[in-house]
Amino acid sequence: MKEELEKIQEECRASIALAKTEPEISEIRVRVLGRKGSLTQLLKRLGTLPDAERREIGRRANEIKEDLEARVEEGLRRIQKQERMESLGRERIDVTLPGRGMVSGRRHPLTQTLDEIIHIFSRLGFGVVEGPEVELDYYNFEALNIPKGHPAREMQATFFISEDVVLRTHTSPVQVRTMEKKRPPVRVICPGAVYRCDSDPTHSPMFHQVEGLLVDKGITFSDLKGVLSVFVHQMFGRGTQLRFRPSFFPFTEPSAEIDIECFICEGKGCGVCSNTGWLEILGSGMVDPAVYRFVGYDPEEVTGFAFGMGIERIAMLKYGINDIRLFFTNDLRFLKQF
Amino acid sequence: MKVSLNWLRDYVDIRVGIKELINLLTMGGLEVEAATPTGQGFEKIVVAEIQSIRRHPNADRLSLVEARTSGEKFSIVCGATNIREGQRVPLALVGTKLPNGTEIKRSKIRGEVSEGMLCSEIELGLGQEASGIMILDPDASLGAGLGEALGLADTILDISITPNRPDCLCVIGVAREIAALTDQRLQYPTLSLSDAGSEIHQKTSVTLLDPDLCPRYVARVIEGVKIGPSPYWMRNRLEKVGIRSINNVVDVTNYVMMECGQPLHAFDFELLEEGRIVVRRARKGEVFITLDGVKRVLDEEMLMICDGVKPVAVAGVMGGLNSEIRAQTRTVLLESAYFHPMNNRRTSKKLGFETEASYRFGRGIDYGGCLNAANRAASMIQELTGGRVVEGAVDAYPKPIRPNPIRLSVPSVNRILGTEISTKQIKAYLKNLELDVREEGEERLSITPPSFRGDLEREIDLIEEVARLGGYEKIPLTLPKGPPSPEEMSRELILEQKAKDLLIQHGYYEVVTYSFTAPLSLNGLGLSPDDPRRQCLPILNPLTADSSVLRTSLIPGLMETARYNLSHKNVNLRIFELKKVYLPAQGERLPKEVKTLTGLAMGMDGEVHWASSVRQVDFYDVKGCVEDLFEFLQIKGITFDRAEDIPYLHPGKSSKIFLGERALGVLGEVHPETMGHYEIPGKAYLFEIAFDQVVKDAVEERRFRPLPKFPAVHRDLSLVVEDHLEAEKVEEAIRLLEQPFIDELKLFDVYRGVPVPQGKKSISYRIRYQASDRTLTDDEVNQYHEKVISRLREAFKAELRG
Repeated sequence: MKEELEKIQEECRASIALAKTEPEISEIRVRVLGRKGSLTQLLKRLGTLPDAERREIGRRANEIKEDLEARVEEGLRRIQKQERMESLGRERIDVTLPGRGMVSGRRHPLTQTLDEIIHIFSRLGFGVVEGPEVELDYYNFEALNIPKGHPAREMQATFFISEDVVLRTHTSPVQVRTMEKKRPPVRVICPGAVYRCDSDPTHSPMFHQVEGLLVDKGITFSDLKGVLSVFVHQMFGRGTQLRFRPSFFPFTEPSAEIDIECFICEGKGCGVCSNTGWLEILGSGMVDPAVYRFVGYDPEEVTGFAFGMGIERIAMLKYGINDIRLFFTNDLRFLKQF
Repeated sequence: MKVSLNWLRDYVDIRVGIKELINLLTMGGLEVEAATPTGQGFEKIVVAEIQSIRRHPNADRLSLVEARTSGEKFSIVCGATNIREGQRVPLALVGTKLPNGTEIKRSKIRGEVSEGMLCSEIELGLGQEASGIMILDPDASLGAGLGEALGLADTILDISITPNRPDCLCVIGVAREIAALTDQRLQYPTLSLSDAGSEIHQKTSVTLLDPDLCPRYVARVIEGVKIGPSPYWMRNRLEKVGIRSINNVVDVTNYVMMECGQPLHAFDFELLEEGRIVVRRARKGEVFITLDGVKRVLDEEMLMICDGVKPVAVAGVMGGLNSEIRAQTRTVLLESAYFHPMNNRRTSKKLGFETEASYRFGRGIDYGGCLNAANRAASMIQELTGGRVVEGAVDAYPKPIRPNPIRLSVPSVNRILGTEISTKQIKAYLKNLELDVREEGEERLSITPPSFRGDLEREIDLIEEVARLGGYEKIPLTLPKGPPSPEEMSRELILEQKAKDLLIQHGYYEVVTYSFTAPLSLNGLGLSPDDPRRQCLPILNPLTADSSVLRTSLIPGLMETARYNLSHKNVNLRIFELKKVYLPAQGERLPKEVKTLTGLAMGMDGEVHWASSVRQVDFYDVKGCVEDLFEFLQIKGITFDRAEDIPYLHPGKSSKIFLGERALGVLGEVHPETMGHYEIPGKAYLFEIAFDQVVKDAVEERRFRPLPKFPAVHRDLSLVVEDHLEAEKVEEAIRLLEQPFIDELKLFDVYRGVPVPQGKKSISYRIRYQASDRTLTDDEVNQYHEKVISRLREAFKAELRG
């Protein structure tokens, strides 16, 4: 009987291993473990054996039963897995077909650039304010220490609406309007459209600027350098070389132009940087005491700095755009690139 | 301004390389925009002496020249007639490529060998002289390269001079900066000519009738001059910095102007009636012909230089034809004056031109340097023309100008700059700039600027000088203390960004168009004559007629953008602009600037794709976007009313957007006539929203609503109603039932055609019933739903379908 038992186990193991389908396994289960299965039948005959033998063979028979039940389960799982693999293998698609896109638009590259600028200055604690584009001569020039007849007026070819109303030539008048409304501390940037009678691949009669102004007790030129260095590094990358170069604006003194190292030639000199190795990106300076006088601030009490930059210029540098007019023709093939 | 490096070296020792010099000047505030090497390519052109000249045996117009350099002899065939034996001339050796491209080869010309070429100025690219071979100095070293012999190797710096630094509009000014920045003293040119003596007063006089506009006028007279060309070195220096050589007298005036910044004018003294100078304002309408032959009409704010009888120059702008230096001029009166800068600038602007002289006068010249400049020029004219300077100078200077001393406190310097610069250091910087510095006590200085630094008037001007000379790069980097701005971002800007985000999600591209437009561009909108949008603000000096008014609507810009894109085959368009329009306001000097949001859609709703179909965009695409926008901005109670009177929209497919009684905008299909005006084929849909109005009602805060705890129940409902019935009416009827459990109402189908009878349509709603405190039973829901159905049946004679 013992040999019979071992033989059943052996045969059953072998046929499970060979089985390829679920019905085959079921058939084996019925044949061996079912009510009329060979092992069940054999177990029924256990009672005919002497006590000692019965105990031993009985234990063995139970071991074999458990083993075979486990094997049947395992065989079933094996076959199910294999069948799933085969059926998944038949469900093939062409993964090289193009995917379905979302029909989403884009912000204008100038807006994207401005948003980035606003973001950087927001983190530096600057608020955002706006001012009118059609502006009084007083705010655009006079109160910025550019009286009538000043040569700086000629540097900004101005569109006139009337003798004392102009299209603002820069966002700087918002400085004056902000200081008129508010006592220091002032810490704002002012984005917006500005206008000059100029039109060629690098000049557009309408373009955009962001002005910045920080006035408080104890603000120094070194603060100007610190804030604008942070800006340049966040806007153009941590490793960007920059320099503060003395310059002139009627409403700041000392004044500084900020250049970054030309990233096209890495400072060696090329067509983009007119062989200087540097690209001008920002004008800045300490607010001239004369401007404080127009808004009733006391230059002995507060100091501050202002800066301004052209958004088109920054976007052109950042994206490598070579013609400013592209921003305003709004060709979809252009807008889709940003 | 162009400056020659060689010329600079006359006054300052430049010990650094060109790159470093450029950096030094640029970081000192004189931005070098370009540095152009000149006088290159002369290595194979050498100084040769003509030994003999013979006639060419086979050509009448050619001669055979024997020339020698230090050791070698050359035979050259030459066509020029101005050469003589013993002269030294430039010889281009075989292998040279001349600036004009000619390559010198060993050749035979009519049977005679030529081993090089004798060159004229024009062939060498050194000047305009083409009539003969260039004759060099007799002591030019034989065999030497021409570059070396003429001092041609040079670098021309192009420096951008800011308006506050007219003192740097000359070579000495730039040299002075280099000296200060490198801690040296400037070498001024030595002057041998004295201005002592009174002989001049017998010859001429100067009368200043308007000393407010001409505070100083210096005159010197040179007799017995012989007008002729200037020597090569002078022509070369002038031409390199962009000034055309005229003759030896005029060239000296230009040379001295370029050297020390004082514009000078030379009159033919014999053409000055009564031999004297009168400076006065012009008379209104007075006519004068300037050197360029143009008749100028003057006014009484223009200053004139006159002789005893008539005007001879527009002061500081341009001389007159009636007194200019001629070939036969014998006596020269030299003017070296200081004119009122702003008046000069105004005159030059009114006359519509600017000269090298007016550019300098207009920015302010060195009033203390007039006499020196006159002496310098007189001495050079004497030297170059063989004339004689009449002893003495007229110096009409009734009220000498004295610069005011400026107080400078050292703590102020450091308070502004954020530095710790010492008094000693500050003194050193300022002294290097030739400022008169006196100590007035502990950390207090009194500084008197020289007459050439009119820009230095206030303490802050001196602080800038200290920063500049110390170097901006030495100032530390700090971040400001103090609180962040309470301003933050304006609500309008935040909402603007949100609105843009939503439109972009709907597939719209943002565009930016010009704020100015053509007066006719609005015509396409078909606005009535009294529409306020027709009152565009005109620009007095537009660049073009097409950009001569400020826009009152964003639609023309979008239509033009659409046309541009269609003509470039970008046919599926969804674009918007959120920018200002400018509406003139009665009684206000400035117009109202109103932010407006306008969008336009046309073409298909997406790109063709293998797995999805596309369709034409229509009214409901645009409307859906607008609905979403208001929902996103949490503006509740928006209604869309049929509109037939918007001139640029299709009368059957347009709507006005209301919030209660307030109009917020319009949307619809663009009127075919408007499409035609802008030459756009097909159909387009647009929306136009008064963004400033929207800002008032938008809600930024969001409040959480608890999620329903109990399941909702849906019921569908299909009704057959009159075809013209507006959906809004049905929804309103359901709303008016005030059923507490109707949570959502969705129109999911509109159908016309069999089996629905003609003139009718079927509309289907899905209604969601939801209670917040329990699960609604079927019976309850059925009861509510029945009420809805019977209400609709009653109100619209609706029949329940299927």
